[in-house]
Amino acid sequence: MSDIYLNLKKIILENKEFKINSIELIHDNLILNCNKENLIKNIDILKRDSHFKFRQLIDIAGVDYPQKNKRFEVIYLLLSHENNLRISIKICIDENEIVPTLTSIFPSANWQEREVFDMYGIKFADHPDLRRILTDYEFEGYPLRKDFPLTGYKEVRYSAEHQKVIYEPVKLAQDYRDFDFESPWDGSDYIKKEQDKLEKN
Amino acid sequence: MTKHTKTMNLNFGPQHPAAHGVLRLILELDGEVIERADPHIGLLHRGTEKLIEHKTYTQAIPYFDRLDYVAPMNQEHAFALAVEKLLKIEVPLRAQYIRVIFCEIGRILSHILNITTQALDVGALTPSLWGFEEREKLMVFYERVSGSRLHANYFRPGGVHIDLPSGLADDIYDFCKKFPKVIDDLETLLTDNRIFKQRNVNIGIVSKQEALDHGFSGVMLRGSGVPWDLRKSNPYECYPDLNFKIPVGKNGDCYDRYLCRIEEMRESVSIIMQAIDKLPKGPIMTLDTKVGPPKRRDMKISMEALINHFKLYTEGYHVPKGEVYSAVEAPKGEFGVYLIADGSNKPYRCKIKAPGFTHLQAMNYMIKGHMLADVPAVLGSMDIVFGEVDR
Repeated sequence: MSDIYLNLKKIILENKEFKINSIELIHDNLILNCNKENLIKNIDILKRDSHFKFRQLIDIAGVDYPQKNKRFEVIYLLLSHENNLRISIKICIDENEIVPTLTSIFPSANWQEREVFDMYGIKFADHPDLRRILTDYEFEGYPLRKDFPLTGYKEVRYSAEHQKVIYEPVKLAQDYRDFDFESPWDGSDYIKKEQDKLEKN
Repeated sequence: MTKHTKTMNLNFGPQHPAAHGVLRLILELDGEVIERADPHIGLLHRGTEKLIEHKTYTQAIPYFDRLDYVAPMNQEHAFALAVEKLLKIEVPLRAQYIRVIFCEIGRILSHILNITTQALDVGALTPSLWGFEEREKLMVFYERVSGSRLHANYFRPGGVHIDLPSGLADDIYDFCKKFPKVIDDLETLLTDNRIFKQRNVNIGIVSKQEALDHGFSGVMLRGSGVPWDLRKSNPYECYPDLNFKIPVGKNGDCYDRYLCRIEEMRESVSIIMQAIDKLPKGPIMTLDTKVGPPKRRDMKISMEALINHFKLYTEGYHVPKGEVYSAVEAPKGEFGVYLIADGSNKPYRCKIKAPGFTHLQAMNYMIKGHMLADVPAVLGSMDIVFGEVDR
């Protein structure tokens, strides 16, 4: 398998039309890193050039790295049926940056971009219908961001008093417990915290 | 004088029995003709991807059963393959065969459900009564191997949880001998049935090009004449050793997709029989003790084995840093997992690619210009299960 992808990597590096920052190949997953300005152009070449024919958009995945300078990554997964190849294209963006939409090239990007918007709050320019998709009507916040708590902020119940479903702040009978099973020899978080305290004193 | 026509909005679902779960469809109707369909999904959203980020790799597997709950093990398979790629471990041959047997059982489970409920939606009750009897037998096989009928939690990165109990392989083989007769019976009820054909032939036609553009996979793509099956094109596990055909449709309508599913069930039966014939002896879990648990017997006599077991089931194993995409041919299409590991014992990000999500997206395109009564037929032929669409 990996020979095919090494070959593909070579073809892409030789092609002068691409505007790519870097290219990685791990576990048969070929990742092209590019700027968001060049995204549409690169994908268009990948779709039309006879060497590639990546005619299907499999998925769009967002990833959140809060500690990084540019917080979000958006990963586009493409598939070529003719050549039996897969490729990923990755862009890094800030919280406030707006990404160009792919809906004009792939109709299937519509819901996938809506999902990324719903989960991460990443906006897509010129998207025909950028609404929330998976979360509740009038949901607030972006659930897959790393700073969004697993338990969420609001809970729903039927109130006999109001005769309707009402929203309330989450009340947990017991706090969410995030067990840390990492070996104490590797330095679990709670041990590190204890040590920090001791060092300060 | 001009005649003033106004379109009517109709709310279909979320509790409509033909919505196959919790789909809310806002239909814009001109008389009985559909002008626009706007599916509202997410009523079954459980935040699977978020939950997986907070669980160890072993604890993440049960969430995959709850995605497409009519073929649970096929989902687990995609996740197990992704983790195995990152860990760079080999799966023993026996485990590969067992996985294939249960994936094909999952395919039959899903196709029986789809075919019979599609028939139910267009007015035929009997197929579902006959089909569900067979599903029950298959779920007993699930139960015998994993302890539960639906949420199996049986596949593990590195192999499968336990070996087949004695006699199970023979019973599955027995079932496979009898099952083609049931498919024949279902076909006598449906394939040449006048009403069934009237409701499905030339309904929801998708051309080859449109199927590719809309990101279709699985039967939705093959029904339109694209011979694409991940078991052939990107063979995983022991599929290269097995002999099977890929049924392809001609017209891309609901009826062709039904025929494809019928043929796929026959192929699945033949795959299961071949796999049982070839089933080798040997371990069912990788021998790498960093991933696979120690033997029960060793734990009784060796302290180290006991510690190893304890660490594996509390802390879990650490997966080296990396990004990987792995996909399997699930009954509904390409089911993929894009896994990002950061070197800890929990996935950093686990994006699930559900085939139903992209199929349902094309609802507006497929149903435009059809009659209201065609909605259940098109929806049924898409094979939508909301567990995976909403995740």
